[in-house]
Amino acid sequence: MSEPLLIDLSKSGRKAYCYPPLDLPRGFEQALPDLPIELQRQKAARLPEVAELDVVRHFTRLSSLVHGVDNGMYPLGSCTMKYNPKLGEHIAAMEEFTQIHPLQDISTVQGCLSVMYNLLEDLSSITGMSWGTLQPCAGAHGEYTGLKMIRSYFLKRGETERTKVLIPVSAHGTNPASASVVGFEVVEVKSNKEGLVDIDDLASKLDHTVAALMLTNPNTLGLFEKDIIKISEMVHKAGGLLYYDGANMNAIMGMATPGDMGFDVIHLNLHKTFSTPHGGGGPGSGPVMVNDRLRPFLPKPDIELTDSGYVYRWDDEDSIGKVSMFWGNFLVVLRAYVYILRMGSEGIKAASRHAVLNANYLAAKLGQRISIPYGKLCMHEFVASASVLKEQYGVTAQDVAKALIDEGYHPPTVYFPHLVDEALMFEPTESESVESLDRFVEAFFRILDMAEDDPETLKEAPHRTPVGRLDEVRAVKEPDVRY
Amino acid sequence: MIYPYIPHTDADRRAMLKAIGVESIDELFSGLGADLLLEDSIPISHGRTEDEVQRMINSIAQRNVRGIPFLGCGCYDHITPATVKALSSLPSFVTAYTPYQAEMSQGLLQAIYEFQSMICEITGLDVANASLYDGANAAVEAASLMLAAKRKSRVVLVSETIHPFALKVLTTWALGTEHTITLVPQQGGIADFEVLPSLLSDEVAGLIVQTPNCYGLLEDYTGIADLLHANGSLLAISADPLSLAIQKSQAEWGADIAIGDTQALGLPLAFGGPSCGYMAVRQALLRRMPGRVVGATVDKEGRRGYTLTFQAREQHIKRERATSNICSNQALAALMTTIHLSSLGWGGMVEAAEQSYAKAHYLAYHLAQLPGVTLVWDKPFWCEFPLVFNDAKKMRKFLQELRNEGIFAGVRLSSLTRKNSDELVLLVAVTEKRSREELELYLAAARRVLK
Repeated sequence: MSEPLLIDLSKSGRKAYCYPPLDLPRGFEQALPDLPIELQRQKAARLPEVAELDVVRHFTRLSSLVHGVDNGMYPLGSCTMKYNPKLGEHIAAMEEFTQIHPLQDISTVQGCLSVMYNLLEDLSSITGMSWGTLQPCAGAHGEYTGLKMIRSYFLKRGETERTKVLIPVSAHGTNPASASVVGFEVVEVKSNKEGLVDIDDLASKLDHTVAALMLTNPNTLGLFEKDIIKISEMVHKAGGLLYYDGANMNAIMGMATPGDMGFDVIHLNLHKTFSTPHGGGGPGSGPVMVNDRLRPFLPKPDIELTDSGYVYRWDDEDSIGKVSMFWGNFLVVLRAYVYILRMGSEGIKAASRHAVLNANYLAAKLGQRISIPYGKLCMHEFVASASVLKEQYGVTAQDVAKALIDEGYHPPTVYFPHLVDEALMFEPTESESVESLDRFVEAFFRILDMAEDDPETLKEAPHRTPVGRLDEVRAVKEPDVRY
Repeated sequence: MIYPYIPHTDADRRAMLKAIGVESIDELFSGLGADLLLEDSIPISHGRTEDEVQRMINSIAQRNVRGIPFLGCGCYDHITPATVKALSSLPSFVTAYTPYQAEMSQGLLQAIYEFQSMICEITGLDVANASLYDGANAAVEAASLMLAAKRKSRVVLVSETIHPFALKVLTTWALGTEHTITLVPQQGGIADFEVLPSLLSDEVAGLIVQTPNCYGLLEDYTGIADLLHANGSLLAISADPLSLAIQKSQAEWGADIAIGDTQALGLPLAFGGPSCGYMAVRQALLRRMPGRVVGATVDKEGRRGYTLTFQAREQHIKRERATSNICSNQALAALMTTIHLSSLGWGGMVEAAEQSYAKAHYLAYHLAQLPGVTLVWDKPFWCEFPLVFNDAKKMRKFLQELRNEGIFAGVRLSSLTRKNSDELVLLVAVTEKRSREELELYLAAARRVLK
């Protein structure tokens, strides 16, 4: 079952769309000069020439070759693939929002600004921070923004020697990449035997050259950094700041706040924790929330509520400036606001509690037959290791992942974090019922049986998909990245 | 108690806790410690039903006022085929993650491959990525790419005529780094390249320009690419992709990097986001390009399939040595552009661009006849033009009175640049979507105010 490229269905002269005829006065049209010849395009672009039904069938078939949360369980670790409520989609499609221009007079966009302002208030409460910005378009973009603020903070204080950012080995790849983009030097912090930050190693690396420690808590092993208050005291005492990667915020909403833990700046992923859809890789939204210390450095413009309504504030001298073209991914922000309105204080807390319940249940069940090297209990996710399978049967984490595809599941995150050999990182989220988790466990055990009985077939998985494992070496050696 | 979107019954919870071997959900959180566990509930409102949320949102939505938008500056109101919304809303597209597992993401990967292909076709360049956040961030990535491509470079030249917000985003990017942004000044509403030779040095990585520029004017880049290449520097041209249906493509100007935002191709105004940044480069720069790239290859049985490729550039492999920190991009917005272009074809794109050109010139021509306003620079433009008032009070009255008639007459340039010197400039955008009737409505109101 494969779908041709739409361009290959093209037939000269066929059209899927037409415009109303230009109805300017005939004399004007005739007198209107063309663009100067030196500015004119010479070569036509090759785009599909097809009928509307061709377009509809093409993309409908393509969509049938994609697995989303709506198709089935998606326990992809650190990605929080929870259910994306239809109400959010419905509201984000309202023309009262989609047909608003970002540069309309401020008196005509009070609805949009009220959504943004109220969401910032709610996110401040949920995270225990003072205020924030909704401009960043994704998690990594939030990291960039938060680190820029840290950089500006130290430059303002004249502490130009603070050029290092400490990052645990277990951190998401975006952490070191973002630090590097902002111009920081990345220094790795070791993990201890329990999979937590090695306090001694941290202490040895904290000095006057350290700008910040970036931390995910719970970390990517799904473990809570129980020494976080001590860690934050150590970092602050050394004059550094604490950055919270909010990718795993779904573990603690309503139970604890990064603010109380001592973090100075955090980013959230609305497309993870706050249930907005991932869209096949975006658009997301990565709000950055800060405490009072960093508030003056937030991007411009801020939104302020005055007697005459919401206004933009452009005059903050210490602001890092702008990080997005306009005000951020507004329709994503709107969906997150709808989610919080729907859930409320109790629902938000219940989401985290059930996310943790589901992860522990799944860990308890899977742990009967596969090793989970770190932690007795976990938070919202956990990491299993297929290293025994590899030793005994030559079956890798990748093989297990591909076999899960044949069972109709999206695989867990594989080969991350690097602390665990043959890592399989599961995050079931609160959305799955106990029956759904049980079915997943049964499928997983069938795969373990197969590893024992018929490892060769398993190593060839998946078998039920339109294509098998692809030749990735060839994709690089003989690049074919366009028609 | 029933919580939204959580399927657990009391019996489920009991059975699950038993299987885990704990007494309560609270026990699972005991590792947080008493100091951190919140005693009170977070101070946000109680939950609401779907119907209650809808009503509340309806009342918020009423505080937004819609008008006939003659507004542009990077966000335009174009006609969009119904296929875009219908097909981009298909649930598996909407609710999938990044297609790391190629075998169960072929549809998404193929759609991205088609997007990359269309961006290459439109810009004329060799390879494109799967999208960036927006046009401004595409400029940032272009600047990073230039610096990485030339050893010991640290300066990026940027035309003063790029979008003021894109310039702000670039300025923020350079803040606190070793990189310097040097402005190429404008003269008469377009970039002044007379000074360019004097700005070039070994430290200059490249030049970023934009056409149509921040005034809507089209710029002439004859000879610019050669000048930069002779200096070992790169040229990046940012362009509204719809304008490329009639004006020279980036490749036709000899550019190395094409950037911009695909908002004009199928994305709603949406208060400015999500939009979708694009980037295409020459083949030689492929391995330095930021973001995801989809490539076609084969499986063991020789079946053609698509996969994320050249991942060795990316943050999840290379960490601090990656070409960019980008992870999530604007995939669904890129899909909307792909569907839009699939529906329009090249003929539709040319027609939309030509109609926008004709209608914008019609409005400009008639406004120019009125007292108190001028089309200040006699330069070619496409769908947007600067109207300069001779009096600030008059301009405010003009905007207010037209707004009272349901017409959003334009964007004040000073609202973007925050400069008093731009106070009298109004940027008026006209797309193919504005009907003759709407144009006449605008003109009639303008005549009344400016008489």
